[in-house]
Amino acid sequence: MLSNIGNSILFFNLLLSLSIIYFAFQELKRNYNFINKKIYYISLIQSTLIIICFFTLIAGFLISDFSINAVYQNSHSLKPTFYKISGTWGNHEGSLLLWVIILTIFSFLFLVTNKNHSKKYRVYTLITQNILIIGFIFFILFNSNPFDVIIPTPNEGLGLNPILQDPALAIHPPLLYLGFVGSSIYFSAAIASLLTNYSGHNFARSIKNWVLISWSFQTIGILAGSIWAYYELGWGGFWFWDPVENASLLPWFAMTALIHSLIVLEKRKQLYFWVIILCLLTFTLSVVGTFLVRSGILNSVHTFANDPSRGIYILIFLSLMIFGSLSILFKRFKSNTYNFNYNSKETFILVNNWFMIFYLFTVFLGTIYPIVTEVFYSQKISVGPPFYNTVIIPIVILFLFFMSIGPKVRWIKDNIDNLKTTLMILLGSVLINLFIFLFFKSYSLLSNLILISSIFLIISTARDAINLLKNKEYNISRIIAHFSFGLLILFIGLNYNFSSEKDFNLKVGEVKKFENFSIKFKDLNLKEFKNYKAVIGTFEIDDFKDNTKLFLSPQIRIYDNPSTLTYEASIRSGLLKDFYITMSNIDRSDYYNIKFQKKPFMVWIWISVILISLSGFLRFFKYENKIN
Amino acid sequence: MLTKKVKKRVSFLTIFLALTVLGVFSILKTLDRNLLYFKSPSDVKADQNISYTKKLRIGGMVKKDSLKIDSEDIEFVITDYKNEIFVSFKGTVPNLFLEGKGVVAEGILNDKGFFIADRILAKHDENYMPPELKDIIKDVK
Repeated sequence: MLSNIGNSILFFNLLLSLSIIYFAFQELKRNYNFINKKIYYISLIQSTLIIICFFTLIAGFLISDFSINAVYQNSHSLKPTFYKISGTWGNHEGSLLLWVIILTIFSFLFLVTNKNHSKKYRVYTLITQNILIIGFIFFILFNSNPFDVIIPTPNEGLGLNPILQDPALAIHPPLLYLGFVGSSIYFSAAIASLLTNYSGHNFARSIKNWVLISWSFQTIGILAGSIWAYYELGWGGFWFWDPVENASLLPWFAMTALIHSLIVLEKRKQLYFWVIILCLLTFTLSVVGTFLVRSGILNSVHTFANDPSRGIYILIFLSLMIFGSLSILFKRFKSNTYNFNYNSKETFILVNNWFMIFYLFTVFLGTIYPIVTEVFYSQKISVGPPFYNTVIIPIVILFLFFMSIGPKVRWIKDNIDNLKTTLMILLGSVLINLFIFLFFKSYSLLSNLILISSIFLIISTARDAINLLKNKEYNISRIIAHFSFGLLILFIGLNYNFSSEKDFNLKVGEVKKFENFSIKFKDLNLKEFKNYKAVIGTFEIDDFKDNTKLFLSPQIRIYDNPSTLTYEASIRSGLLKDFYITMSNIDRSDYYNIKFQKKPFMVWIWISVILISLSGFLRFFKYENKIN
Repeated sequence: MLTKKVKKRVSFLTIFLALTVLGVFSILKTLDRNLLYFKSPSDVKADQNISYTKKLRIGGMVKKDSLKIDSEDIEFVITDYKNEIFVSFKGTVPNLFLEGKGVVAEGILNDKGFFIADRILAKHDENYMPPELKDIIKDVK
């Protein structure tokens, strides 16, 4: 029943998309300067229906209708209601439906919010976006249909992977998708802009908000995933340079580059083709990311159900997309000469873009290299974190310095007049770093440089903020973004250098002493919960250096549907440090393997990223007010 | 004659290209140094030029009755039913680490029969097998 509703809506939406494309082409023949109301209505109906379609699937999960394959595969009647709902997009099929919803709604919103732009440009954007929608609805209907029916209806579902039953992971996909899929609208707009010659200042203004909003959601979505990895995967880290994580970072680099170069296009009407390339690149990388994650071609630490036939479909779609957009780009490309003064804001923004492209290239290479060796040499390899750290960290130091100086430079041409202040700030940063180095702990040269450069960025940006307040000129978003990025790198640096970690094996009742810690394994209890059993250990931790005593209770959870073990870390978070403990049983013996970590400033890493994302939202709302 | 502007542009382009080539070269070099090769115990035995300083991953099954535990170390044998390697490990093992189940260990080879691991990988799913391991099991059957 529900599956019939869902299938018919999807099919109907396919027809609606086709009719929008048809009417849009008709519309191009007419000379008046507004778009026919009919198109608005169809687009509105399309958006409403796809939302209803999604609610149909949610309903299927809520009432545990196991005749629907996606529900059978990913739900269980005993699962808590919250996770029944989040299970809707926690699987491949449902998440693709979410993908189509965002494509459709963004298509409608772009249509209604850009009324003061050229008609031809808007119509072509709509057409391109609907071609994307059709591509993905096809994918859903013929390859990954969440509404597929199982006959006969099973009595019970297989359940959702317990590690996905988690609040952070419930909101992670929708947030990330708003970023990923949100970038589709400026992909379409870029194609439309090329086809209609609608370029320069106006084009920049029409896509700016969309870039901001998708960037902000992408940022916060990556954060939700990181926090989840931190407390759920039991390693105590928040970033592992795993292919699946990299897939979300690649479009982020492209978006960040785009946000910056878009300012040049808006203010100085330059870099048009570069902006177009970045628009196309962002969405292409989002689809590449989906391909890498969903095809199962990469060996990742994160579990995703995967199926090669999906990979082939996405690969075909991707090739068509890249081929189509590149051929339009080359047809329309005109070489321009840019004459930027080396000491101008334009140049510094270009420098930002070089850095972003460098990061993007590095991460991309590390991510796909294992595929290359597998296919050509059938050599099985993986690229570990040391590669990324060695290549990226030294460059980040340089990047932070440019990031501090860049924003102050004026458009067109600037003179070097604030050298003295810059040197003073540099001296200050070196002194602060020296203080930390001498009084707390010594660390490597590279860490010294990272800390110095991030402190330099923080102080420089703070000083800018004071100057801006004096002039009553507010560019608060930029200040927050750069300031928090400085904080982020600083806290990651401190966290890296000041963390302590120890692995050992204990039996109940034993005590382990090391450095300035003493850890006692007090007891072990078995407790029954609604959909799992938990083995809960109690540990008494004494930190003699800080004179703190605390109790942590990590768990081993035993789920029946599906039958899985998970280990739940026990974390005591504080403003200055986190204490972190996980335990696991070794081959059902009396010994438990304990991982203990003391990690300073974890909370501040999260806060920095939240602030960075917030700066994007702030600019979005401020910009919105300025237009109306 | 080349004008001053053209000369400037040519020199800029040369420097830019040189830097790009240098950059790409050093990235590839770093990549090569940080690759983790995946081997089965039989691969290790057959490989004449295997490195004793570079990290690698070894995959196979945890041999039955080979596990020894004390408060610091975990020791076990990885087997692919043809050859085996003795593994010594300090650190956290995943919950699904069991005798007779699949395992991937990451670390450094001491000699062809002795491996010092610093990380044990396993998935969160009881039925999961690393893709590499599937091939090994297929070869055996």
